[in-house]
Amino acid sequence: MNKPKLVMVGNGMAGVRTLEELLKLMPDFYDITVFGAEPHPNYNRILLSPVLSGEQTVKEIMLNEVEWYAEHGITLHMGKEITEIDRVKRVVRAADGTEAPYDRLLLATGSNPFILPVPGKDLDGVVTFRDIRDVNLMIEASQKYKTAVVIGGGLLGLEAANGLMARGMEVSVVHLGEWLLERQLDRTAAKLLQQSLEDRGIAFHLQKQTAALLDNGSGRVSGLRFADGEEIPADLVVMAVGIRPNADLAEKSGLYCNRGVVVNDTMQTYDPRVYAVGECVNHRGVAYGLVAPLFDMAKVAANHLAHYGIGRYVPAATSTKLKVTGIDLFSAGDFMGSDNTEAITLSDPMGGIYKKLVLKDNKLVGACLYGDTADGAWYFRLIREGKQVADIRDTLMLGESGQGDLGHAGQSKVVGMPDDAEVCGCNGVCKGTIVKAIQEKGLFTVDEIKKHTKAASSCGSCTGLVEQILINCVGGAADVKPKSEKPVCGCTEHTHGGVRKVIREQHLTSLRQVMDFLEWRTPDGCATCRPALNYYMISTWPGEAKDDPQSRFINERVHANIQKDGTYSVVPRMWGGVTNASELRRIADVADKYAIPMVKVTGGQRIDLLGVKKEDLPKVWADLDMPSGHAYGKSLRTVKTCVGSEFCRFGTQDSTQMGIDLEKDLTGMWSPAKVKLAVSGCPRNCAESGIKDVGIIGVDSGWELYIGGDGGIKTEVAQFLAKVKTREEVLVLSGAFLQPYREEAFYLERTVHYLHRVGLDFIKAQVVDNLENRQALYERLRFALSFEKDPWTERVKEGVARHEFEPLTV
Amino acid sequence: MSWKTVCTINDIPKQGARVLKRAGQDDIAIFRAEDDFVFALVDRCPHKGGPLSQGIVSGHTVACPLHNWVVDLQTGEACAPDVGCTGHIPVRVEDGQVSLELE
Repeated sequence: MNKPKLVMVGNGMAGVRTLEELLKLMPDFYDITVFGAEPHPNYNRILLSPVLSGEQTVKEIMLNEVEWYAEHGITLHMGKEITEIDRVKRVVRAADGTEAPYDRLLLATGSNPFILPVPGKDLDGVVTFRDIRDVNLMIEASQKYKTAVVIGGGLLGLEAANGLMARGMEVSVVHLGEWLLERQLDRTAAKLLQQSLEDRGIAFHLQKQTAALLDNGSGRVSGLRFADGEEIPADLVVMAVGIRPNADLAEKSGLYCNRGVVVNDTMQTYDPRVYAVGECVNHRGVAYGLVAPLFDMAKVAANHLAHYGIGRYVPAATSTKLKVTGIDLFSAGDFMGSDNTEAITLSDPMGGIYKKLVLKDNKLVGACLYGDTADGAWYFRLIREGKQVADIRDTLMLGESGQGDLGHAGQSKVVGMPDDAEVCGCNGVCKGTIVKAIQEKGLFTVDEIKKHTKAASSCGSCTGLVEQILINCVGGAADVKPKSEKPVCGCTEHTHGGVRKVIREQHLTSLRQVMDFLEWRTPDGCATCRPALNYYMISTWPGEAKDDPQSRFINERVHANIQKDGTYSVVPRMWGGVTNASELRRIADVADKYAIPMVKVTGGQRIDLLGVKKEDLPKVWADLDMPSGHAYGKSLRTVKTCVGSEFCRFGTQDSTQMGIDLEKDLTGMWSPAKVKLAVSGCPRNCAESGIKDVGIIGVDSGWELYIGGDGGIKTEVAQFLAKVKTREEVLVLSGAFLQPYREEAFYLERTVHYLHRVGLDFIKAQVVDNLENRQALYERLRFALSFEKDPWTERVKEGVARHEFEPLTV
Repeated sequence: MSWKTVCTINDIPKQGARVLKRAGQDDIAIFRAEDDFVFALVDRCPHKGGPLSQGIVSGHTVACPLHNWVVDLQTGEACAPDVGCTGHIPVRVEDGQVSLELE
C-alpha cells in the first residue's frame, strides 16, 4: 500500500522534534523525507555557545545521528536547500534539482540572523552566530586574529563574546541600548552583569550605533565606525543583533506570510496541506525564538499530522538563561512588569546578587535573577502554575528553601553541588550521573531523566533538584510542566484533570469506555494510567462503575503489602489504636502458627505481621478475625489518637473515642493517595495532628480541624480549617473536606498538594461557609462508602479472588 | 523436555497471572494478556528478583510490582532503557488447556 508522503523542509530542533512526536503517535503512517540546508543531522542549537567556548564539542551536541533517520525509514537530504515549492503539483525542489512530492508538507525553516544594513557588511571576517559553520568560522578566526567585536548585547551576543574570549581573543561588545540584555534585565541587574564581564576582560561600548564596517584594503574587515565618528579596530565582527523568521520560501510559494509564516492554533498555514513549526512561524502575531515554545508547537503539529486532531498551541510563560559558565542569570515570564504589577526586589551589589519578582493579582508573573539563580526553577513553576502566593509573600524572596523543611539535609541548590553529591536518596543517583545522561542522551524532560537514571522515580522528593539540574544544563529548553499540564502517561495526550472531567461529563463507567472515548494510544493502557483511571471511575460513579482488580497495584488487589522478597505484611485494624487481650492473643497465636518472622508496632498505632506467604493470607485473616487495616491502599489508613480525657490529667476531650468514631465513619474509603488522620485531646498534641491529612485537636470549648498536613517525604504543617463544637460536626466536616479531594484530586496527589493547587479558601468556601454544601458533600461520601465491605471477610467467607492465593502445580 | 498441562485458560484472569510452584526451582508466572495470548516467564524480575506474576499486565508487558521495571512477556527482556532478561518458557494453548514445555 502506498503511504502518504510527508516532506519536511528544515532539519532543525523544532522540525525533528515534530517528527519524533509524530513517530510516537503513528510510527508507520507516513513516508517521510527531510531536507536540511546544513550538512549536519539535527543538533542542539542552543548548545553552540559551549562549543564556541570549547566546553563541548560538535559531536556532543548532536541530537539525532544519521542512523536515527535510517532506523525510522526517513529519507534524509543534508546540505540541500529547497528553493521552490510547487503547491499545485505538490512537489518541493532543491537548488540542485532534487525533487520530492508531498501529501503533507512541514515547514521548519527556522530563522535568519539579522544583518545590519551598513557598508562593509559583506567583508571577510564578518559573521553571524547561528549554526555550526558560523562557530567554525569564529574558531578559525580566533586562531589567526586577535581582536573581535560583537555587535549586540543580547543573550546570543554575550555568549559569543564569552566564547571568543575563552578562545583567547580580545573582545568588545557594541550595544545600541542603554544597558545589556534589556529584554532580560533591568538596569541594576545589567550593571552587575556588565561589571563581572568587564572583570573577565570584555570591553563594552554602550549606546553606540554602528555606521560602517571598515575594509583593511584587501576585502577583510579591519574595524568599525560608529555614528558619532569614533572608530575601533576589529579582525572579526560577529553580528548578533537578533533573528528574523525565515519565511522566504513560503512567501515565494504564495503562502500567506507576515513577518513569519502565518499559522493557526493547529500550526496549519493558509494551505491546509502545509504545516509550519518553529522560529519561522508567526502565531497570533508572535514569532518565537526560544526552544520550549517550539517543542510545544512540535507536539501540536505532530498530533494533527497523525490525524488525532486534538491539540492546540497555547503559548505559555517562557524562561531564559545566559549560558556563560560562572555567571548565573535567569529570567522568566513578564519580568519587566507594567503599571498594574508590583515588584519585590532584592539588591546586593557588593555580593553580586540581584533578584526581582513581579506579581499581579497575588500571583507571580515574572522573575529575574542575577548571581543566585538556584530558585529559578521554583519561581518558573509558580509562574506556570499561576498559584496564589499571598500566603507566602513574606518569604517568597527567600526561595523554595525559605518555605520550610524540604528534606535532603537542607540541600536545595544544585549549583554548588559537586558531581558526586547524591541527588536521589532513594536510588542513589548523583548529580554527575544526571548531567551526563542529559548531555549524552539529549534529554529535555524530568520524565526522560527518571527513565534513564531512575532519579526522582521513587518518592519524587528530589524532583525540584532534578528540574534545577535540567534547567542548568539545557536552559529554556527544559520542559518543566506541572502535573496539571502533563499527560497522564505515554498512552494519551490527556491530562489528569481532563480525564476526570470527561469521566464525569460523559458518565463513563468502564475502562474500555474511557480508553475508547479518549482514543487511548495503547490497546489496554499501562501500569501508570490504569490504576488512575480505575480510581477516577469508582470515585466518580460509586455503585455504578465496576472496580477492575487487574488495574490495581498488587497491594490493593490482594489487600496486603508486598515486601522485597515477595512475601506480604498484614496489618489488622485496631480502631483508634485501641486493642485488648483477646486480639493480642490471637495475633500472638497467628505469629506462632504461621512462623511469622517479624511482629512490629507501626507508626499508626497498630501491629504489623511481616513476612507472610501469599498463600497463607486468607488463613491468617481467618484466624485473626479482625478487619483489614487497609495499610496497603490509596485509602484511609489510620486515625491516630492520644489517650485523651478518659485517663490523661491534661486531656480536655475524649480524643480516643473521637478517633474511633472517625475511623469507623471513614473506613473503606478509597482516595487518590493514602489518607491519615489523628485526634489529640489537648493542644499538647501528642497524636501529632499537625502533620496529618486531617488533624483534630481537642480544646476545652470544642475541636479544631487542620487539613493538608504531611509527615512523609516533605514535612508539611497542616492548615487550620475551622473550629467546631460537637462530635457530629467533626465527622461531617472531616468527610466534607475529604469528598472534594476524592472527586477532584489527581491520582497519587496527597491532600497537601491538592490544597496547594486549589487553595485553602476554595475549600473553606465549600465546606466551612456553605453548610448546605458541607452536608451534601458528606452525604455523597456516605453514599460511596455504603458499597464498601471488609475485603478480608469477603475473601475468607465468600471466596473472592481465590485464584490469587492458590498456586498451580504440575 | 515435555509438554505438561498446568491449567485451563479460564483459570488465569485476563490481564493477570497465575503462579506455578516447582519444588527446588524458581516459580513460573503464567500470564494471560487482554487479547488472550498466554505467556510464561521465570517469576523473577531481572532487576531485583521481584515476583513478576504480581505485576500489572498491559499489552504484552508486565510491570514489576517492586520497582516498576517493564518486562516483555514474549521474550522476558526488560524494556528500554532498562537492561536485563528473565527466562521464558514455551507455552501452548489447545482447546483451552494451557501447557508448558518443562523438564
